[in-house]
Amino acid sequence: MTGWQWSIDGWIVLTGVLSACSCALLGNYLVLRRMSLMGDAISHAVLPGLAVAFLVADSRAPLPMFLGAVAAGALTTVLTEAVARFGKVEHGAAMGVIFSILFAVGLILIRRAADHVDLDPGCVLYGNIAQVPFDAIDGSVPPAVRNLLVVLALNALFVALFYKELKISTFDPNLATTVGIPASLMHYALMILVSLTTVANFESVGSILVIAMLIVPAVAAHLLTDGLARMILVSLLLAVASAVAGHVAATFGPGWIGVPYVTNTSAMIAVVSGALLVAAILFSPRHGVISAAWHRAALSISIAREDILGLLHRWHERPAAATRTLARRDLLAAVGDTWISRWALRRLIRAADVELVPPPIDAGVRLTARGLAKAAGLVRAHRLWETYLARHFPLPLDHLHHSAERVEHYLTPQLRAALSDDVTTRVDPSGKEIPPEAADTVSHPPAP
Amino acid sequence: MNHRAVDSNAPRDRAADRPSIATTPVPRAAPDHSEACPLSIHDMTVAYHRRPVLWDVDYAAPEGQLVGIVGPNGAGKSTLLKACLGLIPLASGSVRFYGKTYQQARRLVGYVPQRESVDWDFPASALDVVTMGRYGRIPWCLPPGRKQKQAALRCLEQVGMADFARRQISKLSGGQQQRVFLARALAQEAQVYLMDEPFSGVDAATEAAIVTLLRELRARGRTVLVVHHDLQTVPEYFDHVVLLNMRIVAAGPTATVFTRENLQKTYGGRLTLLDQAADAVARAGRT
Repeated sequence: MTGWQWSIDGWIVLTGVLSACSCALLGNYLVLRRMSLMGDAISHAVLPGLAVAFLVADSRAPLPMFLGAVAAGALTTVLTEAVARFGKVEHGAAMGVIFSILFAVGLILIRRAADHVDLDPGCVLYGNIAQVPFDAIDGSVPPAVRNLLVVLALNALFVALFYKELKISTFDPNLATTVGIPASLMHYALMILVSLTTVANFESVGSILVIAMLIVPAVAAHLLTDGLARMILVSLLLAVASAVAGHVAATFGPGWIGVPYVTNTSAMIAVVSGALLVAAILFSPRHGVISAAWHRAALSISIAREDILGLLHRWHERPAAATRTLARRDLLAAVGDTWISRWALRRLIRAADVELVPPPIDAGVRLTARGLAKAAGLVRAHRLWETYLARHFPLPLDHLHHSAERVEHYLTPQLRAALSDDVTTRVDPSGKEIPPEAADTVSHPPAP
Repeated sequence: MNHRAVDSNAPRDRAADRPSIATTPVPRAAPDHSEACPLSIHDMTVAYHRRPVLWDVDYAAPEGQLVGIVGPNGAGKSTLLKACLGLIPLASGSVRFYGKTYQQARRLVGYVPQRESVDWDFPASALDVVTMGRYGRIPWCLPPGRKQKQAALRCLEQVGMADFARRQISKLSGGQQQRVFLARALAQEAQVYLMDEPFSGVDAATEAAIVTLLRELRARGRTVLVVHHDLQTVPEYFDHVVLLNMRIVAAGPTATVFTRENLQKTYGGRLTLLDQAADAVARAGRT
């Protein structure tokens, strides 16, 4: 195991970054077009194009390679459309048929070509990013890096120049075509660039891992953003992060867990981007699992707090109350003894809306003056709603409470004012007094 | 059309007399494609694979009217719109907008596809989507400028959606999404609008807003063709109807064409439950 050497690791990281960025850029459009598998299909189906190019040009010069890839990519796209249309099968099935057959043809041709040219099918499948720095002659730029730079520049130019055209033809191909931006032309252009990109990536990451590079950063970015430009930007950032972190983890990761080897960088890049995707699924501020759970819990706690306040208020307004203190145990039993209601009660005590009355009387709780004002506001909302319902809808009295119990948590001050304009009486349908509007406005939970 | 099969010497109809398109590359003159007519369809046949879905369609839309296109599922209503816009190739026939082909008349025509035809998870705001209606007016490779965005914003205002301009489209309700689509069509500033089921799956408030918008368009002299499903509301919403079931069964002013007999012909055996409703509607349409 060796340490970090800029002359070697620098080139590898650069290769990884170029590779990941060139893929992620186009991957955004594949994901948004729900054609993620087209990247898979093309990355396999370019193989016969490459093999034919090898056989014809008898070398691994980049130009014939790219031409072969473009031809094979275009062929895959055309054949997939044709099989889907004339074979009357769905696109996914057509893709599967075409790419596996073309891939097989490619393997056969490569076996033939391997007699003439130095070409290893395994290398095409998995790539060999660790070899990239050693292909450079005396400090010049390694050919793989040069090819990736060209492809990244082409992709960036394509996305920047045709941003508007790509956007409309991805979102609504029919509209694009009717306003004079042929969606099928954009489709073919995109597919040809995907072919070029996969070929440029063969040497570094191979035809299988390139799919992860195409799709994963874009999917994660889609979860994290709401706009196309931002999605593209975030996918590029994730691509760079996974390339750098991937190589570091591949070089030093095994050492950290006591294994004396250096593992495969391109595989580690894919693993890191997968981990970033999992993180995006969990932590995305809007679509994430964690944030959804957090918002649900926050809402439940806020509802439980208001339920406790309301309950204590009703306890408080009993005529000739012997005690305004309610046993803590009874209170929790009434609102449902869950961790949420316990937590809500603790928050109320901390906010000095409710105070604990210590034993000798009982381990009891009662409203403070502050809490009483808040509770009155809530009970007011509840009873206003009951009165409003009773006035406008022919509902039996026992149906009112349940509805009001849910609605009271969501009535904004504006809605309450509107209700109060509508309701002219000072008592609710069951004869209880509607508390007057407090001088200071009661804080309300945000609407969900 | 049975007589054709029985006796080949009997007088044939127009479509059969004409040599097929494949053998005559020169398009024949179409005398009925008037320049005054917002949309004229001449002898249109459309086929998927080899199964024809629209036959012998001849139609001239009246200018400045709201036209409802009505027919059972699979009658080819959406196909008719798409074929007019060149999204589906014609097996035969021709379409003209004010006497011009669609390629020449692009800017005269606005299109509202079915709401389900796009992915609303797409990372775009309502304003982004409406701005797409202006893309045809912006040269290739140039981004939409401030003027185009302001025009798009005005269109959102017209459908009462200005407050939602910045909102991501997946966070809009179905009715709001449909309004965004209508605003996008407004942004196209067209003379003729083709709308594919704008009323499907929207709430009552949106339906009322769409009807108001359609009437405004009519008041401004625009011609609007709307694929419509709800037979009950046809007489109320539309001046003209096209009853379609692979062929045009009947077309003309709603009061004369939207009759029980015509609906029976259009829906055939499929009009069982709808039968009585159609009867009631037809009666209502005459009063």
